Amino acid sequence: MKDVKPVTLFFAVVALVLAVISYQWDGRQTEAVVSRAVVEAGPLLLGALCGLLCERSGVINIGIEGTMLMSAFAGFFIASYSGTVWLGLLGGLAMSAIVGLFLAWTSITLRQDQIIAGTIINIFALGFTSFYYIQGRTMPGVPSVSIPFLEDLPFVGPMLFSHGILTFSAMFLVVVVHLFLYRTRWGLRTRAIGEHPSAADTVGVNIISLRYRNVILASMLGGLAGLHLLQSASSFQRGMTNGKGFIALAVMLFGRYRPFGAMGAALLFGFLGGLQAQLQFKGALDIPPQFFGMIPYLLTIIVLAAAGLAARPPAAAGTPYEGA
Amino acid sequence: MTSPVTTDPEAGNQESSALAAGLRGLRLPIIAVFLAAVVGGILLLISGDNPFSVYAAIVDESFLSGSGIGRTLEKATPLVLGGLAVAFAFKAGLFNIGGQGQLLLGAAFAAWIGYSIGLPTVIHIPFAMAVGGLVAALLGAIVGALKAYRGAHEVITTIMFNFVAGNLTDYLVSRDGPWNDPEGGAIARTPRLQDSAIIPTWGEIPMGFFFACFFAVLAWWLLNKTTFGFEIITTGANKHAAKYAGINVNRIIILTMAISAFLAGVGGAVQSQGVFGRFEASNNTGLGFDGITIALLARTNPIAVIPAAVLIGGLNASTTRLQQDFRIEPEVVSILQALILFFVAAPSVVRYIVRWKGLDDAEDIQLTGGWGS
Repeated sequence: MKDVKPVTLFFAVVALVLAVISYQWDGRQTEAVVSRAVVEAGPLLLGALCGLLCERSGVINIGIEGTMLMSAFAGFFIASYSGTVWLGLLGGLAMSAIVGLFLAWTSITLRQDQIIAGTIINIFALGFTSFYYIQGRTMPGVPSVSIPFLEDLPFVGPMLFSHGILTFSAMFLVVVVHLFLYRTRWGLRTRAIGEHPSAADTVGVNIISLRYRNVILASMLGGLAGLHLLQSASSFQRGMTNGKGFIALAVMLFGRYRPFGAMGAALLFGFLGGLQAQLQFKGALDIPPQFFGMIPYLLTIIVLAAAGLAARPPAAAGTPYEGA
Repeated sequence: MTSPVTTDPEAGNQESSALAAGLRGLRLPIIAVFLAAVVGGILLLISGDNPFSVYAAIVDESFLSGSGIGRTLEKATPLVLGGLAVAFAFKAGLFNIGGQGQLLLGAAFAAWIGYSIGLPTVIHIPFAMAVGGLVAALLGAIVGALKAYRGAHEVITTIMFNFVAGNLTDYLVSRDGPWNDPEGGAIARTPRLQDSAIIPTWGEIPMGFFFACFFAVLAWWLLNKTTFGFEIITTGANKHAAKYAGINVNRIIILTMAISAFLAGVGGAVQSQGVFGRFEASNNTGLGFDGITIALLARTNPIAVIPAAVLIGGLNASTTRLQQDFRIEPEVVSILQALILFFVAAPSVVRYIVRWKGLDDAEDIQLTGGWGS
């Protein structure tokens, strides 16, 4: 627990207390909002973890949007034609690994401008997935995890265990990435090549190979984010990411490049999304739907403006390694 | 394009060597387009089409007939301005991928001025364009200020503003919105512009194209012949050195973003005033992203943006024919664009595939340079 700051803990406790009060006041609606918050947070969180792992290794990834789209596309059509959802998920992951390999190749080996590299991924993904899109197909649903006892808990149960396995794995992967980054040799080396690659090189870390591995691994997290969107929408639609890959980048920055920070930020975004959906559904606010539609994007801009200067990117992010 | 011509001691005649440098600069984009066509052809083969007949149809449809050229130039007009917007921002090390939102704002506000007030033509056309451009410029200035004072990276903020602008313009022309056309029924659009605000065509050639070319020359002049342009390029090359040299970097960032967004906004205005005669959201999809490809294909040179935009405009103009003759989805153009973008942005790949000696001096151009820039 020593990695968790008192401020973070304070906000977490406040949020929990508010949730309990709200639950006592109106259980059904609180559950609806919280449940929706977790679902909306899932792709943002996975996308943010993707960006975080790339940047911690010294590679900027703004192609998360395209990665999500490509993996959702592959996942949907493989699941649809094979009739097996697991094959679809595997196919989506494989597709995102290919996208990751492309990003690694262009930004690490070719030393191309990394922001342009991400943009190429985004434009290509939108064109590719729309071009090969076939209308009118369906896929089997993504199953949910069931853990006896835990799933019957009020509040936590429906939060984690009623949405399909990917929502659960998003929360689980936060812990994994955190432990990986701060508790293993691999993590230490990863942070080193993102901050001071030539120092890491001097002590014998193979920077090129580690960056390749991390970018591909991270892109698979981005792929999971796309598959998570697919899990909620249950079919592929053209341009279904709708800027979520970029919101994920804001989540990453707001979480200050830390896994648990990203989780807090993603849950905040998800909570506001859930609240908005509930208010809109109840007709509590008489506002044109387009203004509701703007909220997540305006929120992202505000978050960026608030967090921008405070979040210090890893020193070597965006700089190709030229050798010591 | 930026080859150091004047430093070449063997350059006897400066004018002809400038031309030679220009031609040398052309090689990389041409090879990039060719390689993109090859890879695109393979993708077309996979989906069961003959790439040669597809490409022949594109050339025939967009570049070989009078009406085809007119249509291509019509499509190219907003693209010249969208490409200029991206290229101009690159000069200051800024990456404006919000051309789409800025273009929508420009298109909607120009249409509003165009239908709601009556003015003589000579005033009405430029006034509507200026309002469209300035509203977009205001958005650009906000993006610039967020970047300069709060460190919010423009790549994320401009994308987010795309969605904000999309929703806003959607609302303005929707049935509950103030600019809705009551005769439009279910279609969300503004009423038709008054004739005095419509940019005329000259035979097959839309006059808007000349406006766009005028802005290209203006941008070139501003960047290469004024102190302000020098300050922009210095900021783009090295922000810290620029600050040390006494340039107000924050001011440059805000103004550059505003001008960049202004150009994209005028591109939208030309769409409403020159092509459709009204604003309808679905008329403008995707144009903002084409600007990125065009700016890089032009190696961020404002004049070179014009032919690059004509090329991409020609691709866009052929989509209807491709759909009719080959049942190919219009998105094939986006794939080709992403491929062009890849090859043109990665000269090292081109040099690896095409091992011409002379290509080594094709300079890498200043683009974004990461989060910190």
